[in-house]
Amino acid sequence: MMMIEMRAIRKTYRTGRVEVEALRDVNLDVDRNEFVAIVGPSGSGKSTLMNLLGCLDTPTAGAYRLSGESVAGLDRNRLAEIRNRHIGFVFQNFNLLPYASALENVELPLLFAGLPANERNERATAILEKVDLADRMHHKPGELSGGQMQRVAIARALVNRPTMVLADEPTGNLDSVSGRGIVGLFQELHAAGQTIVMITHDMAIARIASRVVQIRDGEIVEDKSAAA
Amino acid sequence: MRFAAAEIALVLRLFQADLAHQRKRIALTVIAIAWGTLSIVLLLSFGEGLKRSLSKGARGMGEGVAVVWPGATTRAFMGLPSGRRIAIREEDAELLRRCIPEIETLSLEYARHIPVTAGTKSVNTRVRGVEPEFGEMRNLHPQAGGRFLNAPDMAQKRRVVFLGEELARDLYGTEDAVGRAVQINQSSFLVVGVARKKLMMGMYSGHDRTQATIPATSFKAMHSDAEVGNLVYRPARPELSGRAKAELYRVMGRKHHFDPEDTRALGLWDTLEMQRINRDVAVGVQIFLGIIGGLTLFVGGMGVANIMYAVVKERTREIGVKMALGAKARQVMLPFVLEALLMTVIGGILGAAIALLLIFGLAALPLENEAFDLLGRPTFSPVIAVTTALVLGTIGAAAGYFPARRAAFVDPAESLRYE
Ligand SMILES: Nc1ncnc2c1ncn2[C@@H]1O[C@H](COP(=O)(O)OP(=O)(O)O)[C@@H](O)[C@H]1O
Ligand SMILES: [Mg+2]
Repeated sequence: MMMIEMRAIRKTYRTGRVEVEALRDVNLDVDRNEFVAIVGPSGSGKSTLMNLLGCLDTPTAGAYRLSGESVAGLDRNRLAEIRNRHIGFVFQNFNLLPYASALENVELPLLFAGLPANERNERATAILEKVDLADRMHHKPGELSGGQMQRVAIARALVNRPTMVLADEPTGNLDSVSGRGIVGLFQELHAAGQTIVMITHDMAIARIASRVVQIRDGEIVEDKSAAA
Repeated sequence: MRFAAAEIALVLRLFQADLAHQRKRIALTVIAIAWGTLSIVLLLSFGEGLKRSLSKGARGMGEGVAVVWPGATTRAFMGLPSGRRIAIREEDAELLRRCIPEIETLSLEYARHIPVTAGTKSVNTRVRGVEPEFGEMRNLHPQAGGRFLNAPDMAQKRRVVFLGEELARDLYGTEDAVGRAVQINQSSFLVVGVARKKLMMGMYSGHDRTQATIPATSFKAMHSDAEVGNLVYRPARPELSGRAKAELYRVMGRKHHFDPEDTRALGLWDTLEMQRINRDVAVGVQIFLGIIGGLTLFVGGMGVANIMYAVVKERTREIGVKMALGAKARQVMLPFVLEALLMTVIGGILGAAIALLLIFGLAALPLENEAFDLLGRPTFSPVIAVTTALVLGTIGAAAGYFPARRAAFVDPAESLRYE
């Protein structure tokens, strides 16, 4: 069983009278422990694909099975549960809560999962140590650098031990040094067995992935696995 | 609950953030809630004071007593013409006591307007001859150091008098009247008691405070030709008042030969009805005032809801992030509801504190005033506390719930879009 099975996926946006076919007939399987880079020009439908993969949105047509379970027709609360259990999001603009400390931000997925406070604290602390932020746990996002904020976001994505990490241009807002640090972190995670799907512009980043999927005008035009 | 505890910490932080953001708007809204709470508490307390004052006033003439007076028939009966005058006879009192178990206490009342004189002061007022039961029934309580008329006074036709407090003041000024002598009809009477001040809203033949009360037997001794002016009675229980009234007309009708259905043959005033109406009016007024206060509070609640709608809009991205991390609808909504409740509670505590300060301040003021006597003073009660808390809680929860529901329906993909 593939971790992700997408069949004949379509996504059409309707804004007023205008229709945009963001995805047309996408088929995509992702297996456990893959590191998939999705590349393509701006507006080609990468973010749309990520929203569908992350169950933030539902396709206009087609079938999507995550860990063997079809997500079609599930209600909002059930989808929230799936995101909480299976998906760890990393965004280009970090999306941390500005008024909460790094630790509290990382605890959020555990809070939504209903874990008790001491367990939340333990797990969030451990994961922050793993991303080298032991000394920044009580800082607010505003007191952190871009690279540090993105590491907090990665810790938050990992804390609930997700089936898959979904990252949308995670280095897009970082300088090249911080960006390399983040790429290194993803590499380590992959080496440790984490499944990762990452959207990127950057072919250099794409080269470290185990597989590169190229997308253009809402269609997959190339799908290449790196020779191991 | 663990969830709630952590959320509350975040909510307080969020509230601080909002406070910095919308300081002026939040302050105005909290003031509006405080104002609404102030008005609901004050108006309800004012209604409560009025209710208590009305009920005290209605009971001033006696709790649940009825008064009977002579009348005239309006129907022919057993060959007797209509328009015949029906007098009350002295022996009727005994007859009614014997025949109507529903009547618990009963007293005759003779009365005449005559001069009452003490030294150089003379007042022309109503002097009434009654039986000892009259005092307790009609709520005539003596001030300290005095007493009402008793059975020996009655049996021995003693020349003793119980004075209304205003009459005593007119005759003796501020001096103690008890033990002094007054002249009534050229006879000397010993003052045995002066009435305590009381609130009296219903009355017949004037307020008790201006009247002189002597034993019925002494009255008859002075005025052998006197006719009974009134019968005053009290039923054994309030719910027996209807039966007692019907029985009275039946017994008196048989003795005096009139149709028991002819209610004009004897006049009868049942004060229980007045008390019932007074209570209903007071409750009605209190509900009305409460609704006005509630509306004021409702306007404050709209302010809170407005702020919360703005806050939801401002935090759309944050809501999307929480959803992406797996927050369910309930978990997205809770902070907004809590934040609205927080604002409402702060305003509520502020308003309630000011209201209580005013109420207890007013109660502490040593004001002697007719208006206060009649309207009562604003009175706080546990029922008012519970009502206000419930109204506040409902308005606060609603002011949070509806904006929060909008938050729960945010489209996460849309809110997280980033170009
Ligand atoms: N919510 C939306 N409403 C309307 N059009 C949208 C929406 N989201 C994306 N699109 C359109 O769909 C296409 C794909 O967008 P997107 O998936 O964001 O591309 P990428 O991430 O590859 O830049 C673009 O033409 C974009 O304008
Ligand atoms: Mg994009």
